[in-house]
Amino acid sequence: MTVALETRNLVKRFGGFTATNDVTLSVRQGARHALIGPNGAGKTTLINLLTGVLAPNSGQILLSGEEISRLPTHARVGRGLSRTFQINQLFGDFTPLDSMMLAIGEREGHGGMAWRQLSRDRAVADEAAALLQRFRLADAMGVATTLLPYGKQRLLEIALAIAAKPKVLLLDEPAAGVPEEERHEVLSLVRELPADVTVVLIEHDMDLVFSFADRISVLAQGALFAEGTVAEISKDPQVKAIYLGEDA
Amino acid sequence: MSDKPLSASETAIGLLKRAGRWQIWEIALWLIAIAMIFVLPSKMLILTEITILGLFAVSLDLILGYAGIVSLGHTAFFGLGAYVAGIFARDYFSEPVTGLLVAGVVSGLFGFATSFLVLRGSDLTRLMTTFGVAMLLAELANQAAWLTGGADGLSGVTITPILGLFEFDLWGRNGYIYALVVLMVLTFIARRIVNSPYGLSLKAIKRNPVRAAMLGISPTRRIVAVYTIAAAYAGIAGALLAQTTSFVSPDVLAFHRSADVLLVLVIGGTGYLYGGIFGAIIFTVLRDWLSVITPQYWMFWIGLILIIIVMVGPERITRWQAFLPGSARAERLKARKAAEDVR
Amino acid sequence: MLTILFDGIAYGMLLFVLACGLSITLGLMNFVNLAHGAFAMAGGYITVIMMNRYGLSFYWCLPAAFLVTALIGVLLERTLYRRLYKSSHLDQVLFSIGLVFMSIAAVDYFMGGQQQLISLPPELRGRFDFFGVGIGRYRLFIIVLCAALTIALQLALTRTRFGSQLRAAVDDGRVARGLGINVSVVFALTFALGSGLAGLGGALGTEILGLDPNFPLKFLIYFMIVVTVGGTSSITGPFVAALLLGIADVAGKYYVPQAGAFIIYGVMILVLILRPHGLFAREGGR
Repeated sequence: MTVALETRNLVKRFGGFTATNDVTLSVRQGARHALIGPNGAGKTTLINLLTGVLAPNSGQILLSGEEISRLPTHARVGRGLSRTFQINQLFGDFTPLDSMMLAIGEREGHGGMAWRQLSRDRAVADEAAALLQRFRLADAMGVATTLLPYGKQRLLEIALAIAAKPKVLLLDEPAAGVPEEERHEVLSLVRELPADVTVVLIEHDMDLVFSFADRISVLAQGALFAEGTVAEISKDPQVKAIYLGEDA
Repeated sequence: MSDKPLSASETAIGLLKRAGRWQIWEIALWLIAIAMIFVLPSKMLILTEITILGLFAVSLDLILGYAGIVSLGHTAFFGLGAYVAGIFARDYFSEPVTGLLVAGVVSGLFGFATSFLVLRGSDLTRLMTTFGVAMLLAELANQAAWLTGGADGLSGVTITPILGLFEFDLWGRNGYIYALVVLMVLTFIARRIVNSPYGLSLKAIKRNPVRAAMLGISPTRRIVAVYTIAAAYAGIAGALLAQTTSFVSPDVLAFHRSADVLLVLVIGGTGYLYGGIFGAIIFTVLRDWLSVITPQYWMFWIGLILIIIVMVGPERITRWQAFLPGSARAERLKARKAAEDVR
Repeated sequence: MLTILFDGIAYGMLLFVLACGLSITLGLMNFVNLAHGAFAMAGGYITVIMMNRYGLSFYWCLPAAFLVTALIGVLLERTLYRRLYKSSHLDQVLFSIGLVFMSIAAVDYFMGGQQQLISLPPELRGRFDFFGVGIGRYRLFIIVLCAALTIALQLALTRTRFGSQLRAAVDDGRVARGLGINVSVVFALTFALGSGLAGLGGALGTEILGLDPNFPLKFLIYFMIVVTVGGTSSITGPFVAALLLGIADVAGKYYVPQAGAFIIYGVMILVLILRPHGLFAREGGR
């Protein structure tokens, strides 16, 4: 089994409060790994540690066996880590086309090219158009992001993360805030992600977790509480007590 | 347009081309600027002034409008360029184009060296460090009287004909043409840069640095590069002033210049390059008019205008751009309609 | 040598009184008020007008300068500043630069561009010798007064109900509002206090710093150094920064007159690079 993403004894403290408590986690390549836990369990802190938004107090993070704990965010992205945000992080008046040109251009290392005109970047534009089509954004590719309906913005959020062609993709509540009628569109796109991409999903929606994930880690109070297959976790009485029980 | 539905990539290319295409108002602006040589031969000096201020403001737009860096000391580069061009012409070589390039390179290098100051920290630290750098240079120019003429300014600058061909005449006609050509060339270059993948990444960093980093963009190098380019632009603008007036006063490094250029850019609007040029026209005409009415106190009215702009909101002030055919704002209005169709 | 230290302390104390209002507006309202010096200038001119036109005593001028500038401050806060608390720093900068320009031109119009002079009461003039250290009477007066003010301010911020409301509003405006604190009134009063102190500083500084219409720009950099180097999380930071700046400036002008300004700007830039939140900022503070 090849391990795509690994943490070893990861600790993050904010003053006296330990948000991530000695988390050792290993995600197999190609996995559909869900990270669940009640509010305040430290899921978002963990994602921020993985992506380099926060620096850990101690412990290691490894991406495909390479230590990345001290790398800045953009360098981790360059090594194949990508994420979506729980709250959309988009570029305001950029159009979806601008955003995709940016994401793909950066992946291809065109970002430093100050003399080439965007319209001449044919290969990038073709790929952008194809990706926009796949994410059902082709009709709206010339519209400012802020003017798009929320569901479309959510799709763009995910498309941006995919455009980086990541090895490991962290999805932070991909369907959060999406109205019911647009929800299935978002979810089906998440399900259609290529099989070799490792996906770590943070989600509250248990139906989605159980239908999507093949492995589940449960976080509670910053620490890893339980880990196992969907069947194991869904039967675990303790997990039910701390998490599912709370939901019911 | 043809009836056949376009494929997504054709649409994409079409949209990208349209964003980089020359607009009618752009071409008209340059044609009018050229026509001024013949229409207003008696106003060459003030037109030169506008051109130089416009270039200075375009350079500020590169860092403020595209990279989102607020600077209170942009005149450091303007003043440095002016002094370098003046000293270079006085002591070494008096051909102006060479002087312009030297001034641009020196200012650019200085911008590169000081760019790390604006990389970290909040708006406030950036304001303070840029302000501090400008004050430092002003103090230096003031103290190093043996080189700069100190408080009396740098005089004895003689400028030989441009490329050995065109002499600066008394009416400032060749001076204006010279400044205008420089402005046009530099604006074209800037225009290319902002429509490139690099320009796109700058806009992205300004709009959402968190997401930009998450797309693998390292902001450091991008900002250093644009800061360097902007500094070189400002230096060239300063050099133009020194060459067309054959004089450099310590005033080129004064705080009010940094404030003026901010005002110019805010009047014209940030983030579309031409804001600096439009702003320079409005600002200079306004100042000329005000200083005729109240010779000593035009500063009061400039201050009032600044406050009004902020109170009313810069977006509303610059809404007039929407009336430029094919302008970015008109495009956005069109886009809004399109968005409603999508809904 | 000790005389220079003494003068420097007096100068630093004065700078602190001038700048602490700025530190509060910046820390509390997150407002970049480049026009702070205009309030100080107002205090200075109030003193000049009261003394030279109406022959009033210098001691009356000090409270008057405080009250009148505080009043001007509260008026401007209610009418203009308040609307910009949520604006971008760029807007705040443009607005306050506009205010500076207007104040400079207006003062120039009404008072003329020349340096204004006041004659201090006789008991504050001259120096006396204290164990070989030349002590300027007026500087001693400034030190005593400013020290008293600083202590009073520190006590007011830490011990009084208003102080705790203020700190609550600084830490989290929303929570403070939730606790029933009228944040808007707290802001207005604080702004008035800050402006008033600047006015008082301006009145006290007329003799030492000089007073002409360019005052707000000339001393802007000093105020900003005090605030940025000192940080905005407490008043101790700006206080120490002001003292250091005062001593460094006086000593610099005395020993290395050519390089004085460089050292100060250079040190400021250096501090800002190394400690972007100020020398004395709390860990994780603003």
